[in-house]
Amino acid sequence: MTLYADLQVSRAAFRLDLELSVDPGEVVALLGPNGAGKTTALRAIAGLLPLTDGRIRLGDEVWDEPPRVFRPADHRPIGVVFQDYLLFDHLSALENVAFGLRARGTDKHSARAAATRWLETVGLGDHLKTRPRSLSGGQAQRVALVRALATTPELLLLDEPLAALDASTTLHVRAELGEHLRRYQGRTLLVTHDPLDAMVLADRLVIVEHGRVVQEGAPTEIARRPRTEYVAQLVGLNLYRGTAQGTTVALSGGGSLTIAAPTSGGVHVAFPPSAISLYAEQPAGSPRNTWPAVVTGLEQHAHTVRVRLDASPAGPGTLLADITPAAVAELRLTPGQHLHATLKATEIQTYPS
Amino acid sequence: MSPRGSRRIGGRVPLILLLPALLGLAFLLVPLLGLLAQAPWSTLPSRLFSADVGQALKLSLLCASAATALCLFLGVPLAWLLARAELPGRGLIRALVTVPLVLPPVVGGVALLLVLGRRGLIGERLDLWFGFSLPFTTAGVIVAEAFVAMPFLVISVEGALRAADPRYEEAAATLGAGRWLTFRRVTLPSIAPGVVAGAVLCWARALGEFGATITFAGNLPGRTTTMPLAVYLALETDPDVAVVLSVVLLAVSVVVLACLRERWISGLR
Repeated sequence: MTLYADLQVSRAAFRLDLELSVDPGEVVALLGPNGAGKTTALRAIAGLLPLTDGRIRLGDEVWDEPPRVFRPADHRPIGVVFQDYLLFDHLSALENVAFGLRARGTDKHSARAAATRWLETVGLGDHLKTRPRSLSGGQAQRVALVRALATTPELLLLDEPLAALDASTTLHVRAELGEHLRRYQGRTLLVTHDPLDAMVLADRLVIVEHGRVVQEGAPTEIARRPRTEYVAQLVGLNLYRGTAQGTTVALSGGGSLTIAAPTSGGVHVAFPPSAISLYAEQPAGSPRNTWPAVVTGLEQHAHTVRVRLDASPAGPGTLLADITPAAVAELRLTPGQHLHATLKATEIQTYPS
Repeated sequence: MSPRGSRRIGGRVPLILLLPALLGLAFLLVPLLGLLAQAPWSTLPSRLFSADVGQALKLSLLCASAATALCLFLGVPLAWLLARAELPGRGLIRALVTVPLVLPPVVGGVALLLVLGRRGLIGERLDLWFGFSLPFTTAGVIVAEAFVAMPFLVISVEGALRAADPRYEEAAATLGAGRWLTFRRVTLPSIAPGVVAGAVLCWARALGEFGATITFAGNLPGRTTTMPLAVYLALETDPDVAVVLSVVLLAVSVVVLACLRERWISGLR
């Protein structure tokens, strides 16, 4: 059963009009800037906000179709992880997770047993009696996740699930969240303004701007062919999968690069297009991440020019570089031109995958 | 301490403000101190446990507690309605709820008598159908006290509800909880300090109720003579008893004030 949503919400100065679908086992990310209507979309699907027009249905089950049908939140098989988690402070972690089961009619004993098992799966078996305010940010996020998952919902909604975390824990929690989402059999809709969260966690991106879908597709597809300048800026990120061994990462698409901090196993590596420098000749001293590259495209943006490169076989097959118009003129860049691209190892972010 | 240590920004308080301020303070405190000074301390314990005083005290505590319970039962849902439901004319309803706050209690008593009295609009039916009449009974005292004290509870609870984040209720809804379950398990625990503060205020107001009580329930020792009524009564027959009763009411007021200043209540603000 696929979730289909044709979301139309009109409010004073804002109009949301977007269509999306989520298949079982699929993770769809709704990505867009603040104020694009992502949270409004999530609230409408959750049943916290009625549609003004359109329809939401799971298979043949209609959840919202104005003016006839509106199924309130407590009658939809959903789980929601809110941005700031909204854990109940007067209840322990265990009671928080058991809450949904109790509300849906499970007896007290079974609910507590199930909640205990859920908390154990996320490594919080020692924190059953802890109150939310005594949990760390990462722990609270895990409690919020299992609270949403404990009722085995058909649809899991995540509203900026990593936004409340500090940078040092985000890394770890993101990888962990990805693992849980892969294991979850239902449909997942993730709302985020962070392109990295979306690209690492989702199977499919739906990019929203001013309440409308501007592009939709697989993360790599969107990163490779952004359809609007906005999308290009948003997902303007070089992102690769690979296997790390020490400071060398063998990219799964061929080529390799050198990272600053040694690690091992499957990783995502990401760096902004501005981290790439281009040279006509092989640069002196030859930094580690230097690859011969061919220009495949040029795009004028507001203050920079985005250059598409093919750095295979030594480096990544698709490489984005942002350089100034002055440098474009100086290098006399044209498609098909051979260059040398260098990347500073310190600009690379590495994420376990 | 060096003289410099006592210097403050802003300099000295001008005499023209200081003098009335001190006078005002004395005006508030001297009568209470006078009450304590005049109290027959040596015979106080024996008088306190005398039949009359004990009876009035017991009745007062019973009626104030019952009135508070009634206020909680009716007032918390009313506060919820004012804070959460989409109600037409909500501002007007809120204003009407607070009328008993400023209304002279005697007027409240007269109004209750007209509606719930034996010949009253509703009272007549109660008498006719159930053979049940409120005026001049202990139940009447409870009704009079609840009428006067309920706004304190409603305002306090409504304030707490407005301060509470409604998104927690949304979170409960996404977990499958209906409105009643959400109210019991999420909303009520989160506003508990506000409810307690409101209940304490409400109880204190009910305990001190005089005007509405004497108008609606009369002054029948053992049935409707609460502490404030007993004080009034005793002033004419045995002033010492009046003083003893007053000291007890003063002590209760101080305890209530102390309770309200406790952290678990002030933490609400």
